[in-house]
Amino acid sequence: MALTEQELRTLEYEPDTGGHFGDYGGRYVSETLMAALNELDHSYQNLKNDPDFQREFDADLASFVGRPSPLYHAGRWSKVIGGAQIYFKREDLNHTGAHKVNNTIGQALLAKYSGKPRVIAETGAGQHGVASATVAARLGLECVVYMGADDIERQSPNVYRMKLLGAEVVSVESGSRTLKDALSEAMRDWVTNVDDTFYIIGTVAGPAPYPQLVRDFNAVVGREVKWQSREIFGKYPDALVACVGGGSNAIGLFYPFLRDAEVAIYGVEAAGRGLSTNEHAAPLCSGRPGVLHGAKTYLMDNSDGQIAHTHSVSAGLDYPGVGPEHAYLKDIGRANYVGATDDEALAAFHEVSQIEGIIPALETAHALAYTKTLAASMRPNQTIVCNMSGRGDKDIFTVAKMEGISLT
Amino acid sequence: MSNTRIQRRMEALKASGRKALIPYIVAGDPTPTVTVPAMHAVVEAGADIIELGMPFSDPFADGPVNQRGAERAINSGMTLAGVVTTVSEFRKDDNDTPIVLMGYLNPVIAMGETIFCEAAAAAGVDGLLIVDMPPEEEGSLVQSAKMNGLDLIYLAAPTTTDERLQTIGKATSGYLYYVSLKGITGSSKLDTSDVSQRVAYMRQHVSVPICVGFGIRNAKDAAVISSAADGSIVGTVLVSQVEALVDQPEKIPNALKAILEPMRQAMDTNG
Repeated sequence: MALTEQELRTLEYEPDTGGHFGDYGGRYVSETLMAALNELDHSYQNLKNDPDFQREFDADLASFVGRPSPLYHAGRWSKVIGGAQIYFKREDLNHTGAHKVNNTIGQALLAKYSGKPRVIAETGAGQHGVASATVAARLGLECVVYMGADDIERQSPNVYRMKLLGAEVVSVESGSRTLKDALSEAMRDWVTNVDDTFYIIGTVAGPAPYPQLVRDFNAVVGREVKWQSREIFGKYPDALVACVGGGSNAIGLFYPFLRDAEVAIYGVEAAGRGLSTNEHAAPLCSGRPGVLHGAKTYLMDNSDGQIAHTHSVSAGLDYPGVGPEHAYLKDIGRANYVGATDDEALAAFHEVSQIEGIIPALETAHALAYTKTLAASMRPNQTIVCNMSGRGDKDIFTVAKMEGISLT
Repeated sequence: MSNTRIQRRMEALKASGRKALIPYIVAGDPTPTVTVPAMHAVVEAGADIIELGMPFSDPFADGPVNQRGAERAINSGMTLAGVVTTVSEFRKDDNDTPIVLMGYLNPVIAMGETIFCEAAAAAGVDGLLIVDMPPEEEGSLVQSAKMNGLDLIYLAAPTTTDERLQTIGKATSGYLYYVSLKGITGSSKLDTSDVSQRVAYMRQHVSVPICVGFGIRNAKDAAVISSAADGSIVGTVLVSQVEALVDQPEKIPNALKAILEPMRQAMDTNG
């Protein structure tokens, strides 16, 4: 299934009209959703090349989000590790503190251009919920966010933020009470209220056209890295590293580099308590192809095809599926997918906080953990760009609690 | 003579001027042992076809009632192989009532499409309704189903365009399941005059019988729907009843019968 380097350099990397990336993706949904997805696809294919839409999107990214985000040389950490030079793409400096806002601005503008006054979203760690509520407030849209009951407990600061922004947060008590159940619940809302409601999916998972449009809105990350890396160190990076839950920050960084086969690509999944245990959230590392939430992709299920309960210290990676484009990139050999455990992520969380003065999100800490391993295996004249996808303010309570420290 | 049990049943109903009553229950809800008696009970109450739910952990096209039903079934140990065995058990005493297995694609992929279709056909299953497999995503399951003589039933919705209705009309066999409302199973609103118009319209594109589900709660709904369509599919109201009797499962077969009998009566006096 793996392709040759020449093939990788000339591939289109675009889905077919049915939204398939190779064998993955597509629209595995009930007929009740089909019209809504077709309508969304139609309006997106029209708007993505519309100059007014693009201008408004770019202007919002500049003046509301604060783009371009810097490409920062983590010089001290690189030196401590003693291998490749590590650069952080500072998505943590975006308004709302993560890459998520790139996508919510794009989708909220789609909602506005499609004349839908109400937006809904699902959220795991709460970052996408906050980003959706933020943009909805700015555009004057009604906003409802679905969030697993367990995640609400883990991420109470973000729940309060969403409320401050005027959003309604609905606690999802079904199933495993995490991200996958919030996603199911949001789809139900959408099916019922499709006439006036736009569903802002937070990651590159779900039925077509979501994986494509969420990727396109996040691809600004990789496009900036292309010119920033040339400007700062005169060439493209030797390697890219990003964490992968659904995979939107990762695909945003990877996508513009897919045809540059000399750039190695690493996606880091949550290995939880270890890939050899059942307590992780790493479908690409140890799952198998199946169908979940409207797309064919790698997922974690039991022998009977029931979706598995996953585990990760980070709510944002705690999802049993993954974006179908990642499944495709894995199979054709363009990207490598590896795991970082809870413990490795926590160690990187502390290390980067103390050495670089940046408290990363726990999701991002997984990418940092692997970056450390990778950098150590490379030479000092080589470079790695690691996507600093989010900041860790939201996680300090989780980390403190794990370490037996009370903050209240 | 038509070759599948569903087609034969539909033709017999048409010949006698009656409409199909199609109950839906989840296999293994709340325990595996209650399912076969419940299936026989709904047949005694006048069911023409049974839609048997294959439980799935993430049924995003269903409402909370049916999701809880699926969760109870999974917790009781029901598996896809167990669903097939349930049908074999049922067939020991009933070789006439068509059975349609309804569910989601992932458990079928996990078992293997070919193995599943062969086992289902051997057990006496007549049709499959895979909620998250529209005609556009047809794969090896469709081939295996056809090779094993299983009807594939597809859904149509109020929002389905004419173009897709033609595709669906060609793909579906046995009957077409018309989802009468926007929304999920167990939604509350049912506009029966809308449904009549829509069913009449769909007949231009669809040659198989059209059965209507989602939102049918009582005998009156069933009668009105079946005056326009070829059958009424009743699900959530039955799964709710199962939920109410979760601690007294032995009462479930008769309780389901008590819901369906007035529906049968109302449908038959209708025309």
